[in-house]
Amino acid sequence: MAYLREYLVLEQGWLDDEGFLGAMEISETIPGLIAVNMSVIVGDNLRGIPGAIVAVLGMLLPGSISVMALAILYQSNHSNPDVRHFLLGIAAAAVGLLSTVALQLGRRQFGKFPDAVVVAVTFFAVSILKISLPIVLVTLGPISVWLYRPKVSPERHPEEHLPFHRGPRHHLFRR
Amino acid sequence: MSQIHVTRLFHLFLVFSLLSVLALGGGNSVLPEMRHMTVNRLHWLTADQFRSIYSLGQVVPGPNMLMVLVIGYQLAGWLGMSVVGISFFLPDFLIALFMNRLWIHLGGWPWRVSIQRGLAPVAIGLMISGTYTIARLSIVDVATIMIALVVFAILLWRHVNPGILVLVGGAVYMLVSH
Repeated sequence: MAYLREYLVLEQGWLDDEGFLGAMEISETIPGLIAVNMSVIVGDNLRGIPGAIVAVLGMLLPGSISVMALAILYQSNHSNPDVRHFLLGIAAAAVGLLSTVALQLGRRQFGKFPDAVVVAVTFFAVSILKISLPIVLVTLGPISVWLYRPKVSPERHPEEHLPFHRGPRHHLFRR
Repeated sequence: MSQIHVTRLFHLFLVFSLLSVLALGGGNSVLPEMRHMTVNRLHWLTADQFRSIYSLGQVVPGPNMLMVLVIGYQLAGWLGMSVVGISFFLPDFLIALFMNRLWIHLGGWPWRVSIQRGLAPVAIGLMISGTYTIARLSIVDVATIMIALVVFAILLWRHVNPGILVLVGGAVYMLVSH
């Protein structure tokens, strides 16, 4: 993401920081790969639907070609122990990488009360209880959104106009 | 084309389009479900194959989740690859396009902020679950623990190209288990 911001905002000047954060906000809230969502949104904002298509192809084509080249190599070498160990080492390194990504994206959530609980419950439901993902999403999603429901402005108390020490919350007033 | 092949393609389409719309917080969020579907439920791949294919995705440019193409290829050749590519990426493309246009109109709607803030911790929880799935498949001995910890520490300390780090991790493990 840092690369994406550097390129789109600083080098090309296609977006300002606010536009970048706005696109990021949508990308993280809807399903799908964040980098792909970013390409769709930035492409669409700059050049409409053709822009979105070109941006997504640009994001996916080089990797698709490379990964298929590797797939063909892998098929003829998958029984080679060196290849197996090499790929296992890559997966282990990826665990370190994924942990940093989760930590960086989640740094706002871990220290806050309802957030940290929702993070923990989601992890527990998926990884320990092994509840299937659609069920987790349709239950925890709405519950978590409800925890952040818009605050309703409170009904005005008939004595609201009174000075604070005589008003409805006068018992809070230190005499 | 045999009947089995058509059924297989149809199953690939169903599984990967479902995963596509469930991927809240990015592709890694559906790794537990993808592993469960492809390895445990449908017996398409062994756990080892799933892990190896996941690793192939780590060393290419662009999103790591392009490894789903390899799953399609492994199961049903080039046609399988195309079906998986379309079913995994097209639904998200359409959702992103639609939501991008809708988002602006929702500017004054108070629930927009609620949805955004409420889904964020769920997405983080799913990302941690995805990490856990890969950890269960790949942390098998002291050397793999060390590789994961060292990569984690390096990335916390400074920004290094992650593609290089995972390649080094692979090379180190290959050498120590030689």
